[in-house]
Amino acid sequence: MKKEWPLWEIFIRSKSGLNHKHVGSLHATDAEMALENARDLYTRRNEGVSIWVVESKHITASDPDDSDPLFEPARDKVYRHPTFYTVPDNVSHM
Amino acid sequence: MIKYLLQLADNALILGHRLGEWCGHAPEMELDIALTNVALDLTGQARSLYQRVAELEGLGKDEDDYAYLRDAWEFRNALLVEQPNGDFAHTLVRQFIFDAYNYHLHHALTQSKDEWLAGFAAKSLKEITYHLRFSSEWMLRLGDGTEVSHAKLQAAIDNLWTYAGELTTPNEIEKELASHGICPDLSQLKTAIEAKMAEVLAAANVTAPVGAWMQSGGKDGSHSEHLGFILAEMQFLQRAYPGLEW
Repeated sequence: MKKEWPLWEIFIRSKSGLNHKHVGSLHATDAEMALENARDLYTRRNEGVSIWVVESKHITASDPDDSDPLFEPARDKVYRHPTFYTVPDNVSHM
Repeated sequence: MIKYLLQLADNALILGHRLGEWCGHAPEMELDIALTNVALDLTGQARSLYQRVAELEGLGKDEDDYAYLRDAWEFRNALLVEQPNGDFAHTLVRQFIFDAYNYHLHHALTQSKDEWLAGFAAKSLKEITYHLRFSSEWMLRLGDGTEVSHAKLQAAIDNLWTYAGELTTPNEIEKELASHGICPDLSQLKTAIEAKMAEVLAAANVTAPVGAWMQSGGKDGSHSEHLGFILAEMQFLQRAYPGLEW
């Protein structure tokens, strides 16, 4: 019986200076293969300049059931947002 | 010169077509896309070369005329690239042997006295460098994988090695052009190519047959029976509906 290859999460930096962004996942037997598969799957239309791969099992996710205690308290604290400043027009990526 | 460009172009076209046959059939979806990506790189290289040939010949032909309207004996690809896909190990070994040769060839061609060819080689070298990296790593994975993958890899090497020699043995055209500095002297390139192959084979824990008899003839138009079948499939549409366009 065929064993499934492990799952990897792929992060691509679309150009220098920007953050790596999660773009999807794929199967590979090792990190090198994950990089090559990511190159072929996610950068073939010139989407990136850098790739990170992380095996999915190494990612710890928050539990959706905990979202109230985790996120609710921040919702009514509008003063934590920097929205009271004006951002100059020529500042990009804010 | 034209015959030499056709050698390069036909290698790329026929191997590209072979890899394209995996589309929808590769062992994994990721591999399917990887193989067809290499196929597209090669087909693109073939296209540039055919366009250049058309320009040099000046007979008003275009790239499709060379791909679709020549017969088997006019094709100048090496015997290796027309060999059937077989199992994945066979496809991989064929690719690795070709990539090792192709990488060193294009590396040297960037120094060609022919300006167009040097430019073409510099552009293609980036693609080919990745091809070699991809096939080398898969050689290690299969060779160092399970008992089954190791046995399949070794069997593929034993079957295909007889086609490796043609790549590094210059024919009359290559000797002539090498003397003018247009293409590299293959007998000198051979050392680097064989060193790369030996390095990867050793790391993959497999061995090349010693003193194997080497097939030749493809570069001068004498092909195995496989090429005819490839052309039959590839050229059918243009032969049945001449001049048909997308």
